[in-house]
Amino acid sequence: MTLANKLTLVGCLTALVAGAAVTSAQARDLTIVSWGGNYQDAQKKIYFEPFAKKTGKPVLDETWDGGIGVIAAKIKAGVPNWDVVQVESEELALGCADGYYEKLDWSKLGGKDAYLPAAVSDCGVGAIVWTTALSYDANRLKEAPQSWADFWDTKKFPGKRGFRRGPKYALEFALMADGVPPADVYKVLSTSEGVDRAFKKLDELKPNIVWWESGAQPLQLLASGEVVMTTAYNGRISGINKTEGKNFKVVWPGSLYAIDSWVIMKGSPNKDAAMDFIAFANVPENQVKLPEYIAYGLPNKAAAAAVPANLQKDLPTAPDNLAGAVPLDADFWIDNIEELNKRFNAWLAK
Amino acid sequence: MKAAILRERSGALLLVSPVLVFMAVFFLWPLWAMVTAAFVDDAVSKVLPRTAAIIVSWDGQGIPSEAAQKAFVQDLTAATDEQALGEAVRRLNSAASGFRTLLGRTIPAVKAASEPAQVDLLTVDPRWKDTRFWVALKEAMPPYTDRNILAAVDMKRDGSGSIVLEGADASAHRLIMLRTLLVAAMVTIACAAIGLPYAMLAASLTGWKRSVLLLAVVLPLWTSLLVRTAAWFILLQNEGLINRALQAIGLIDSPLPLIFNRLGVVIAMTHVLLPFMVLPIYSVILGIPGNLMSAAQSMGAGPVRAFWRVLLPLSLPGLLSGSLLVFMVAIGYYITPALLGGANDQMISSVIAFYATGTANWGLAGALGLILLVVTTMLYTIYGRFSTSSRLPGA
Repeated sequence: MTLANKLTLVGCLTALVAGAAVTSAQARDLTIVSWGGNYQDAQKKIYFEPFAKKTGKPVLDETWDGGIGVIAAKIKAGVPNWDVVQVESEELALGCADGYYEKLDWSKLGGKDAYLPAAVSDCGVGAIVWTTALSYDANRLKEAPQSWADFWDTKKFPGKRGFRRGPKYALEFALMADGVPPADVYKVLSTSEGVDRAFKKLDELKPNIVWWESGAQPLQLLASGEVVMTTAYNGRISGINKTEGKNFKVVWPGSLYAIDSWVIMKGSPNKDAAMDFIAFANVPENQVKLPEYIAYGLPNKAAAAAVPANLQKDLPTAPDNLAGAVPLDADFWIDNIEELNKRFNAWLAK
Repeated sequence: MKAAILRERSGALLLVSPVLVFMAVFFLWPLWAMVTAAFVDDAVSKVLPRTAAIIVSWDGQGIPSEAAQKAFVQDLTAATDEQALGEAVRRLNSAASGFRTLLGRTIPAVKAASEPAQVDLLTVDPRWKDTRFWVALKEAMPPYTDRNILAAVDMKRDGSGSIVLEGADASAHRLIMLRTLLVAAMVTIACAAIGLPYAMLAASLTGWKRSVLLLAVVLPLWTSLLVRTAAWFILLQNEGLINRALQAIGLIDSPLPLIFNRLGVVIAMTHVLLPFMVLPIYSVILGIPGNLMSAAQSMGAGPVRAFWRVLLPLSLPGLLSGSLLVFMVAIGYYITPALLGGANDQMISSVIAFYATGTANWGLAGALGLILLVVTTMLYTIYGRFSTSSRLPGA
């Protein structure tokens, strides 16, 4: 290859790379990522659209199904194409430790004291308190299931069950079905006998399980009668009851609740707008609008106190609902998710 | 004279350079990245160089010497790159569960200490007494590893370094790989069984009839894969169109299990991949001179015999390349089995996707991808032999 040709080639390559760099560095609209379905529809109506109106700039929204690998890949790729993401507690802990998120400016959020202690972190601020619980269609089941033991009882309640795919939630619920008191679930699960016990219990139900991955799926499975009971996110249940007139019910005792947080991707070109958006969504008078659409608890104390009593009773944070519920142990899962996932996949494949 | 040839050659090279660049950027580089992700294992030794130098001589009994612990604390104090440290932690936690919270407690304690050299790890967290964590640390030090590729085929090294099988309830990659090949084979056979007669019919027709048949095959290609899969979901479910219709005409009393099992996956994948079978066969059949069948019949062969001895052998090349296409595409399928299959129908891509997006264990994802690539290449080679030796004169 002659020098001139070499130069041309290098020139072409440089142009290509520069072109790519320009497109990615160009002012991209603020991009917010959440969990999709009727939950994100509500968020769009009360947070995304009003924020776009207020700032006069368009806001894009995308959906995801979680996974720290997704976040890691975007960070490694250079400039991330997401700005604000709603993450689960493990993704918050993992990504914060690994430097995947920007540190939040808590002075814009009204200070750390304004929130439940569990909703405060350097990298994230709680957006919702949500519950994964046993759910069923009260129009199809004559007798109401009461517990995870009923969920496992296929004689009394014949039909398929829906489960979120993965060991998280499945193992906890299996132990409760096997008679472990809710408060002791993680104590039992931290021993290898406890894990064996949970998998053995799951064995019993395995032929009857339909696995789902995204939060909108269990609603569809219940609605079509494909399953008679499923684990589901409580807010989506109340949401579909409202929008489509369903009669789905949530069983609170033995449910697992957790906090989802807003984070900003490290290196986001819209970092300031992202911070402003999070502040906007977490102002008490904005956060309080959510339960009207979807029954999730509010981590902002002032917002939680301002929820009308008739909506309050459906929230995971209502005292009656909290009574038999267990908080998800994020530390347990960030330590054990990989090993248990491997075992779960092997178990699933057999 | 020589210069002229050289100029000509470089001119040609320049013309093909876009292709070469394209190949390098979109094929060779990702492939290389996948291979290196599977074998390179320097996340820990990069962040903890002093520890790496000392801990290799540790015998793996009890806990390492004071000096090694000091070096470890010193390394942690010096580590400023959060992301590199995060990668090291992830690597260690995947070898020994619990490392994450252990380091999550240790790192801030070490960084907060005014005199890092005085930090006693055992008082920071008693778990440092556990040999398991130190062994994992030692084993993470060599810059290259075979642990990912071994894990991809359900094997690992035991304490003494010899390669052993993992327990059946610990890992099932082999089983899932075999299942992937099985499902792909079922789909290929189903596609061949439908695609061959379909292509022959389409080739034998003319005018609008042929256009309608071809359009029916090609049209779904223009629809998103996800939409087609979702459409099958609606058709196949217990209260879906098919079960309702069968119940309405009284053929069945209770719904047939068409979804969340192997049957649903094969039905939907066959539909999605049918064009890849029909089109190659169709184009081969179009190239067969139409008078061959009449010639066969004029020489005394009945229609059935003419089909078996003339048309079918001549269309075999199309069938073979169609089968190869369908099979290759099928082994990479992910969405369709995830939505329509049950727990026993998940294919290897979903496992790869899980490691890549779920836990960011790109080493294992790369190793599994490599295995898939090797299997595919082997099959392709076998196919190459098979198709050249079976090629008939004139075909």
